[in-house]
Amino acid sequence: MLKNRIIPCLDVKNGRVVKGINFVDLKDAGDPVEQAKIYSDGGADEICFLDITASNENRDTIYDVVKRTSKKCFVPLTVGGGIRSVEDINKLLNCGADKVSINTAAVENSKVVIESSKKFGSQCIVVAIDAKKNGDKWEVFTHGGRNNSGIDALEYAKKMEESGAGELLVTSMDKDGTQQGYDIDLMTKIASKVNIPLIASGGVGNLDHLVDGIKLGNASAVLAASIFHYGKYSIKEAKEYLDSKEIPVRI
Amino acid sequence: MKVTIVDYNSGNISSVINSFKEVAKNKVNIEVTSDLGKIKSSDKLVLPGQGSFKSCVDALNKIDGLKETLNEFAINNKKPLLGICVGLQMFADVGYEETETNGLGWISGKVSKIDNQNGKFKLPHIGWNQINILKESKIFKEIENNSHMYFVHSYEIIPNDKSVIAATTDYCSNIVCSVEKENIFGTQFHPEKSDKIGLKIIDNFINL
Repeated sequence: MLKNRIIPCLDVKNGRVVKGINFVDLKDAGDPVEQAKIYSDGGADEICFLDITASNENRDTIYDVVKRTSKKCFVPLTVGGGIRSVEDINKLLNCGADKVSINTAAVENSKVVIESSKKFGSQCIVVAIDAKKNGDKWEVFTHGGRNNSGIDALEYAKKMEESGAGELLVTSMDKDGTQQGYDIDLMTKIASKVNIPLIASGGVGNLDHLVDGIKLGNASAVLAASIFHYGKYSIKEAKEYLDSKEIPVRI
Repeated sequence: MKVTIVDYNSGNISSVINSFKEVAKNKVNIEVTSDLGKIKSSDKLVLPGQGSFKSCVDALNKIDGLKETLNEFAINNKKPLLGICVGLQMFADVGYEETETNGLGWISGKVSKIDNQNGKFKLPHIGWNQINILKESKIFKEIENNSHMYFVHSYEIIPNDKSVIAATTDYCSNIVCSVEKENIFGTQFHPEKSDKIGLKIIDNFINL
């Protein structure tokens, strides 16, 4: 049967790994290629790089990181951050990325999703949704969580599926960096709205949160950064824990 | 020995290239080309494929003489060929993604959308799933039954002759995930993305 995936995410800035707490207050911690290799050797089902400040800075460092990683890691590699155009996607795929995750550009112009999924296939187009609760709904944020688009996250998720997204990476802005667990309500609502796999993100502080993301949030995959990155848990420990909770994982 | 990855603008093939080069080290020459002469002189071919059935067939047909060269290589000369993902799907007579499109016709059968039981299962089928090995395919040498492989697809090949099926995987129903017909091999999953166990399959193919 199909296994639920655990995806460690590495935030990368200027070719170095950092982890943002609520998207600010960055700490430097290591070489992304080495980190990715440790994760894939440890059983990570995929690796995700998020180039956090890419919208404003020189992009060449991430291309180099992707190129070097793809020669060492033979599990799927997703790269997001600062992707503006079909050409950006083409460049990352050529460097060895298997999927790209598109955030701001998809909100501003869904044609990027339509065109890129036609050109490269839906399998490599992940749409990243940064959502924040406002009253009884969630709104989509862009530019690394700085701008509120005012768009309803649930309707947007459906629209992205129709535009050709192969997966949705849903991050709760409210939970991200808090270590209090995923926004289960948000995950459940989006998962039931679309028929493509959902990757839950934002807020993981312990292994029970991963379990909840899958069991309660109906996510196909769970993404986490700091709990793995600072060595609180290894990928192996996470998988064994999920397995003990009868969640199908690849061990 | 020369193993050629057929580069026919079928989408992203960098991972296929990286994995074959990793396995081949410097012992086997890995060529990436659409040059018909170089393809003909190869010992083995890899036919990757991403995107839709139609887009891959269209891309293949755009290169003058490529289809005939592949036919000569795999059918007339019976040299080993490995199709990956849509590369495998194109072995069939016909595919129904986007619109009805003729495939290479090497394996009698069709490629249809996975029946996800009215939305009960998510599509695409993305992630790690176990393979159920049905016959001792040469590319599964030293691969344990129920090994995990990485999948990403929404369509499945349905061969008429079930004896070509080398492995299936369980998603909605038993989906064909590997075929072997004489010198022709195919995997629906991505060995190039399936970690060490996937690299072993590539190694098996290279060492056929």
